[in-house]
Amino acid sequence: MTAAAVDTARKPVSMAQALGRALRDAMADDPSVHVLGEDVGALGGVFRVTDGLTKEFGEDRCTDTPLAEAGILGAAVGMAMYGLRPVVEMQFDAFAYPAFEQLISHVSRMRNRTRGAMPMPITVRVPYGGGIGGVEHHSDSSEAYYMATPGLHVVAPATVADAYGLLRAAIASDDPVIFLEPKRLYWSKSDWSPDRPEQVPGIGRAVVRRAGTSATLITYGPSLPVCLEAARAATAEGWDLEVVDLRSLVPFDEETVCASVRRTGRAVVVHESTGFGGPGGEIAARITERCFHHLEAPVLRVAGFDIPYPPPMLERHHLPGVDRVLDAVARLQWESEWTAGSEGGTR
Amino acid sequence: MTVLEQPGSYRPTPPPAWQPRTDPTPLLPDAEPFRLLGTDAAADLDPELLRRLYGQLVRGRRYNTQATALTRQGRLAVYPSSTGQEACEVAAALVLQEQDWLFPSYRDTLAAVARGLDPVQALTLLRGDWHTGYDPHEHRVAPLCTPLATQLPHAVGLAHAARLKGDDVVALAMVGDGGTSEGDFHEALNFAAVWQAPVVFLVQNNGFAISVPLAKQTAAPSLAHKAVGYGMPGRLVDGNDAAAVHQVLSEAMRRARSGGGPTLVEAVTYRIDAHTNADDATRYRPDAEVEMWRGHDPILLLEQELTSRKLLDEAGMEAERQAAERMAADLRERMNQDPLLDPMDLFTHVYAEQTVQLREQADRLRAELAAAEELSPGHQEGTQR
Repeated sequence: MTAAAVDTARKPVSMAQALGRALRDAMADDPSVHVLGEDVGALGGVFRVTDGLTKEFGEDRCTDTPLAEAGILGAAVGMAMYGLRPVVEMQFDAFAYPAFEQLISHVSRMRNRTRGAMPMPITVRVPYGGGIGGVEHHSDSSEAYYMATPGLHVVAPATVADAYGLLRAAIASDDPVIFLEPKRLYWSKSDWSPDRPEQVPGIGRAVVRRAGTSATLITYGPSLPVCLEAARAATAEGWDLEVVDLRSLVPFDEETVCASVRRTGRAVVVHESTGFGGPGGEIAARITERCFHHLEAPVLRVAGFDIPYPPPMLERHHLPGVDRVLDAVARLQWESEWTAGSEGGTR
Repeated sequence: MTVLEQPGSYRPTPPPAWQPRTDPTPLLPDAEPFRLLGTDAAADLDPELLRRLYGQLVRGRRYNTQATALTRQGRLAVYPSSTGQEACEVAAALVLQEQDWLFPSYRDTLAAVARGLDPVQALTLLRGDWHTGYDPHEHRVAPLCTPLATQLPHAVGLAHAARLKGDDVVALAMVGDGGTSEGDFHEALNFAAVWQAPVVFLVQNNGFAISVPLAKQTAAPSLAHKAVGYGMPGRLVDGNDAAAVHQVLSEAMRRARSGGGPTLVEAVTYRIDAHTNADDATRYRPDAEVEMWRGHDPILLLEQELTSRKLLDEAGMEAERQAAERMAADLRERMNQDPLLDPMDLFTHVYAEQTVQLREQADRLRAELAAAEELSPGHQEGTQR
């Protein structure tokens, strides 16, 4: 490709397109990258993320497998043992459960049990989360299971630029990465240049998406747009909310999160996954351990209810929305601010 | 709707007559397990191969008895003995070429040793000082696998990857009769057949999954019959006949190597010892059954063949026994030394790059160790077992 042919113009690109571009570029750059899964070939994936890969790279590089998640991931383990970098697609969050044995017994601990002799550079792409009207088993948020398994990285992009950058980083990683793709953001678009993708921080770094002073919203994946909208709406109440996008749940960027909470003194963790035993509890505990003397209110969680993911006609009542986030912000004991003798208003 | 209203106007195209894609007959196993020793066909066997198998069997039996003794002395946390199954273990190792890969289960330490692994390193998992005591790439032996059948898809993936790279590599994966009930067994065989991957699956049917007999494990005519459903050949062999197992596996390996795809081999054998030292086998099987199988011992079968054909005399047998004794003495001596463990190894090899959180936890342990050393100098060294 000549320099003149490089399209540097930024134009509206969907997250699904950026993910597909990341796969394509990774395969073009490294012949050891192989994509495998159910429907990833001729169909291009049910979300079209793998569209065109078989045509460009052949069936050996982008392979339609039998319908068997444990088999897909188990075969990927053997491929990784032989020096390939498999990228497997699980199609839907709850469809990944049959592969848990392979994930937990082998993928996550192969490096450890072989004293580093057998790293597992496997990327497991899991379209996850609700909000698309999916029927049962098409909307689960399973991140807590993955977070509880040592040896895995757990990543969830929320922007088009991150979708590309984090997927490239995941494929390049010598460790297994659970790559959670928020389904309801697949068609969200941003101006982005496919041939000149912007640099984004790597796995393990959080980003402050909106600076603020009153409180910190800590979130990731599909809940980021909700939190940004809540922060805009909150200005009407006089609250100036900071929004931290974790981007990576494992490793967890304590520095960025704690620095933000120390600045604002208040924190709300927002995610779709269940609250009890969910990611928010871990994050709230870490904030409390490290920032207790900076906190002016307990760390609150806005999460999905502690129920099996509901049927699509009821999911809007389950998913944390702007109102629920703002309600939590209002419960951050704001009266303490005025009783502290200040003139009121924001800190 | 219009079809129903105007009868006769609709002429559906009949579907094409259904045809099986593969004639299942050649895939079916024979009714009886294949045997060589004691038959006329044994006359064609290579004497050198028979002597080699014999030497490995004798060493293998001694290895099993020595390892079992080490559990009684507390030197091994557990040992799943393969006594009675040595023919399968040894043949599996000997049919592999240097570049091939072995995927053993937890009971297949002996196959790994016969492949060339240091016996002490092969026992590391069972001693408990690390999960895998060897570099799998060195002898191309995957880590001993504790979950059932989960290593089978790995064998398929590795063989598939090797073929994609154009390498002449065959993977041999070992599993027990109980493991054939697991989902991963099914998925591995299905993937292997669809991909025509160069894999050989060896089922050691030793009669019991801990205490559950085969009749309660499967309703299949034989485990080898399962192959037909995947579109690969199933082969049934006497698992105590080392020559027969070697020949059937060799044919399967040749077939895989030449692009003919996977084979499922069921070796019918018997676990003479209990499942592990933690098991009481008298609760679920009669002594008479064990005694009957002792009469079909793999070493005796081969010994009879070798002596009747005058390929081995008493002096030759004694030489093999002494070689096995030396191996056992060396194993005993080295296993009786406490392994030197570094607790800080807990944090190495979790990730390629240690996370901030793990660095903090490593610092905490380092401080605990330093405090303990201050209280009781030298106490930590060599006594962490």
